[in-house]
Amino acid sequence: MKKIQIFGGGCAKCGVLYQHAEAAAKALGLEYELEKVSDYEKIAEAGIMATPALAVDGKVKFEGRVPTVEALKGILK
Amino acid sequence: MFKPVQLFADWLTYGVFGLGRETLAGGAVNFFVFDTIKILAMLAAIIYAVAVMRTFLPASKVRDIILKKSRFAGHLWAAALGIATPFCTCSAIPLFLGFVQTGIPLGITFTFLVASPMINEIALVMLFGLFGFKIAALYAASGFTIAVAAGLIIGRLNLEHLLEGFDPSKRVQNHLLGENMPWTERFSYARDYMLDILKKVWPFVLIGVGVGAWIHGYVPQDLLARYTGEGKWYAVPLATLIGIPVYAGCSSVVPLIGALSGKGVALGTMLAFMMAVTGLSLPEFMILRRVMKLKLLFIFFGIVGAGIMFTGFLFNFVMR
Repeated sequence: MKKIQIFGGGCAKCGVLYQHAEAAAKALGLEYELEKVSDYEKIAEAGIMATPALAVDGKVKFEGRVPTVEALKGILK
Repeated sequence: MFKPVQLFADWLTYGVFGLGRETLAGGAVNFFVFDTIKILAMLAAIIYAVAVMRTFLPASKVRDIILKKSRFAGHLWAAALGIATPFCTCSAIPLFLGFVQTGIPLGITFTFLVASPMINEIALVMLFGLFGFKIAALYAASGFTIAVAAGLIIGRLNLEHLLEGFDPSKRVQNHLLGENMPWTERFSYARDYMLDILKKVWPFVLIGVGVGAWIHGYVPQDLLARYTGEGKWYAVPLATLIGIPVYAGCSSVVPLIGALSGKGVALGTMLAFMMAVTGLSLPEFMILRRVMKLKLLFIFFGIVGAGIMFTGFLFNFVMR
């Protein structure tokens, strides 16, 4: 079970990242749990300074951009 | 470098459209075609290059660099890195908390917060393309100075007690994103980013150059001579105040400034307006309200506003 977290205060880009991440996880056939984190303090606590960002199992993978579904597959694998 | 573009503009204006070389229409159309292509090409190339560079410089790395500097150098670095970092209002809070909670002094954080939206590659390319190197350089230098000065003053005032909504004494770790991005992905990020910006910006480039072409072709010289004219004393504060609620990407402000300059608005007044639009934004004000008391926000806006007005007066005075 992979825990995927999307960090972002709710701007348009964060929504797109959520969709991309979901599509990538499904395409990989992962067992996953997708969570949106929009609380600013929690975002800061994770060490994130630019939204949207994505973490897998608590480890931040990137911030401030929205990779393509293809690129996300590589990151989630 | 832009010779082929000039040849193309000549061919299109004088050949295809059949306009006379000495006519006003010919001059204006030729200018329009040449400048539009020139600015769009420059924007594409520079945004792409900066975006590739930026993939090596995530915010966590920026923070890491600043953390290792001494106080004063920290301000200079924060302003310089602010130029290279894109600013998105929705990232303002994580950015702010991320700086303060890793132990970066409040003053340095504000320097970054001023420089990041005010000075960026898109504004500089547009200013350069429409007004030339001197004005672009003046804009960058004054933005940099205001950011450093505002940060230094706020740092001196010891305003940490005016933070709220979070615990400023809490420390979070700065874990660097050791992201190992393959080159293909850096390039695709840069391409997407560039296309994204160009899609938003191209109408403003057309408007800006269109206004420029109109001035170029039809407005008599003596009106252009007033370009650096002095104006009324209240022009600068008024331009700054009007600039605050105007929320627009800097790219859309530059053409507007082009129009103003055609009407004989003084250079310092134009710069003040543009800095107020980019550096003092109402949405940013509302968002930052969540992490600081109103008093601190007013101090922040007051200092930056004063810096902008000072710059405006200075240029109006010097360029007279």
